[in-house]
Amino acid sequence: MMDEKKDAPEQAPQRSLKRSPKHRSAAVFGRVVVCAAILCGVLWSLQRLLVPKYMGRVVEGNLISEYYGESGDHELIILGDCEVYENISPVILWEEFGIASYIRGSAQQLIPQSYYLLEDTLRREHPQAVLLSVAAMQEGEQTNEAYNRMTMEGMEWSRYKLEAIRTTGMEEEHLVEYLFPLLRYHSRFKELDQDDIRYFWRRGKVSHNGYYMRADVRPLTDFPTPRRRADYRFPEISTQYLEKIRALCEEEGIQLVLMKAPSLYPVWYDQWEEQIRGYAEAHQLLYINCIPAIEEIGLDFNEDTYDGGLHMNVYGAEKLTRYLGRILQEGCGLKDLRGDPERDALWEEKSRFYREMKEAQEADLEQYGYLPQFTDPE
Amino acid sequence: MLLVSYAFLSFFALLAVVYYLIPGRYQWLLLLGASLLFYLSGGWKTIVFILVTIFTTWLLALKLGKLHKGTKAYIKEHGLGREEKKAYRAARKKVAWRFLLLGLWIDVGILAVLKYTNFAVDNINGFLHFMGSGESLSPVDWLLPLGISYYTFQSVGYLIDVYRGKYEPEKDLGRFALFVSFFPQLIQGPISRFDEMKEQFKASHAFDSRQVAFGLQRMLWGYFKKLIVADRLVHAVAAVSQDTDTYRGIFVLVGMLCYTVQIYADFSGGIDIVIGIAQVFGICLPENFHRPYFSKTVGEYWRRWHMSLMTWLREYIFYPASVCGPVTKLTRWNKKYLGEAIGRRTPVYAASLLVWAVTGIWHGATWGFVIWGMINCFVLLAASELAPWQRRFHEKHPKIKDQTFFKIFQIGRTLLLLSMIQTLEYYKTVPRMFGMLGSILTEWSLAPFFNGGLLTLGLDGWDWLLAALGTILMLMVSLIQRKGSVRARIAAQPWAVRFLLWSGLFVTVLIFGAYGQGFDASQFIYNQF
Repeated sequence: MMDEKKDAPEQAPQRSLKRSPKHRSAAVFGRVVVCAAILCGVLWSLQRLLVPKYMGRVVEGNLISEYYGESGDHELIILGDCEVYENISPVILWEEFGIASYIRGSAQQLIPQSYYLLEDTLRREHPQAVLLSVAAMQEGEQTNEAYNRMTMEGMEWSRYKLEAIRTTGMEEEHLVEYLFPLLRYHSRFKELDQDDIRYFWRRGKVSHNGYYMRADVRPLTDFPTPRRRADYRFPEISTQYLEKIRALCEEEGIQLVLMKAPSLYPVWYDQWEEQIRGYAEAHQLLYINCIPAIEEIGLDFNEDTYDGGLHMNVYGAEKLTRYLGRILQEGCGLKDLRGDPERDALWEEKSRFYREMKEAQEADLEQYGYLPQFTDPE
Repeated sequence: MLLVSYAFLSFFALLAVVYYLIPGRYQWLLLLGASLLFYLSGGWKTIVFILVTIFTTWLLALKLGKLHKGTKAYIKEHGLGREEKKAYRAARKKVAWRFLLLGLWIDVGILAVLKYTNFAVDNINGFLHFMGSGESLSPVDWLLPLGISYYTFQSVGYLIDVYRGKYEPEKDLGRFALFVSFFPQLIQGPISRFDEMKEQFKASHAFDSRQVAFGLQRMLWGYFKKLIVADRLVHAVAAVSQDTDTYRGIFVLVGMLCYTVQIYADFSGGIDIVIGIAQVFGICLPENFHRPYFSKTVGEYWRRWHMSLMTWLREYIFYPASVCGPVTKLTRWNKKYLGEAIGRRTPVYAASLLVWAVTGIWHGATWGFVIWGMINCFVLLAASELAPWQRRFHEKHPKIKDQTFFKIFQIGRTLLLLSMIQTLEYYKTVPRMFGMLGSILTEWSLAPFFNGGLLTLGLDGWDWLLAALGTILMLMVSLIQRKGSVRARIAAQPWAVRFLLWSGLFVTVLIFGAYGQGFDASQFIYNQF
């Protein structure tokens, strides 16, 4: 081994300073403030640019956040996963029953997330009834980070959002990445497109009080044969948070209604049905299972679904909404709020937007045979 | 807790704030607590090993210190003659040697058992198989304590230094524990000496905004190397090394060059972060790299790469081995029977072989790494044997030596040779390594550069571009460093320029870094050592 010359670690040089200490401190403070402000501005802009805008093929990421632009005066709040935000149309509930409702639904929304969304909603308004989809009772934990992101990123910051992240965040998710989404989405620089510029400042409205409209039709196809399960009990966290939702509603004097949408897949096992029915009976809750009422609702799975039977299209959703509207009005005593000019004007605007989108989608279907917005160009 | 993790950065930020808020006399205690906490974050089960190493090394060093003092005092008190002094010293040294040996057994024993048991098991099983036995030993599933090689080498160095009387042993167990477990260097070095560190750990460090800024800048540069370059290229290297049927020919060359850049960016980036963290705390750690890829010979490269390890090996293995009893005897025997030339070379050859065997096994508990060490040793010894020829060539052509093209040729030659040797680290076996390197010549084709072949290595066009730009920036910084500190140069610029440069680098790392979900934030390659 030979002689070796080590580098002396670099030391910071001391520069001579001519100004008085007082002036120097003020100058340094000023520079720090300017630099920090510029850096924060740059980081904020980059974050704004890089976070997904959900204005293209996938719009579900905007469902939760759109709520905060609402005036906040709803008789009915609907919570749950795709079985609510794709199957129930608040505009029809208003137009035909005078029920003012909002869907706080999101993809694969877990029951704990529904609970925290309810807490979050109660900060702003006090509905008369809450309709909760029980389809998510089977899910104990999140299976895909994207679902968590679309639900919890849309929430305004509050202790409920923090709790939701803490309770349902996946192992590889970090709170800091919710605080600073730039840390999560920095690698999107590779996939920036025109939408990221167009919706830099403001995103368009994508839902109708939380309802995600699809007018295309894809008839029912085959589903995999349901598999036997070793254990049909719901995960503990789901039952625990269902109970929390019930207790919260009871405390707040809100009527809780449980609902199972008329989906054919994923399968709703009899054992699950028994548990939910038992729970509803034990707590004297209204439980609406729409699966046995498919004929009564008038659903035709060759016409009323846009993805081969998983979710309703707008025609199916309108049929289901009419069915639910009747039950909710009778079962929950929800009043017909039509007649108040201010509210009527507000809902008229919503109805117009609803009709325009429906017509636009129908026109697209006629022209292209598919909906370009929701179709992968490839 | 990885250096590239939110948990670590939060831990560091909180610690730095508290460090400068508490009285200076308690700062070292805070660092000790933080170091143990950091160690515990990697799992509480293995902390017992580092505690045993700390305690036994500290205790035995105290004993050695006492023996030294006692010897001096006895000689002074009794006014011994020259021969008596010599005899007394020799007797005391024997006692000290036993204590040293005990310490080495404990420190190195823990390392050997925990890190190399499975290597021994594999070899025993191989031997049993060779002998036709159906018996085999089961491999053990022991947790390897974090940074065990680093803290063991540091402890061993300390013990030997005290034995040699280079400095007094540390009386305070806590301060010694901090020296062994100081959390930034626990992960991947550098291996420091106690006399370099003890005063720094004792001193109170007032907040110095420039030192803190320099430390943070160094950390940022480390993160740049690691996240922009190393963690991208690691995917290409993994692809090339794992699918040797597909990735042959030019892919081998690409993989080789990627690995050369990646291992440097990863390791030196990690060291930049470590040194930067220490500097934020006002502690100066020794440098570990001196622009190694600008070396003109392999020997020079190994003096500029992982310098603290190489210094350690030289101080505590090479020198003692070259003058130890058996080697001295062998030297004499060789001189007598094989001639002066061989005899003269014996100590260097014997010590070099030992050092490179240790270097190899230190890098990985496989015969592949031992062979890797032997290849390096062979290249170094061959270079020293060829040195007279080279000298004669330059005597005949004195102008060539100073010409730029010759210097570039030397650097390129060294880099190519080292890159080829390094392929053994991921091809694992010598036949496979030579087979793949041979395919560069036999299956040469530039088609992958044009038919999208490169994009099958786990990197898209953006990744290749960023890795290439990052590498160019690293190269430029290295070139500027030849004329002095880059950070000092930047510090001399107007504040707006400084802000633009550092915030630009920060934003670059933040946006273009390969971290978070979607990226496999691989651990630093050198963590495993």
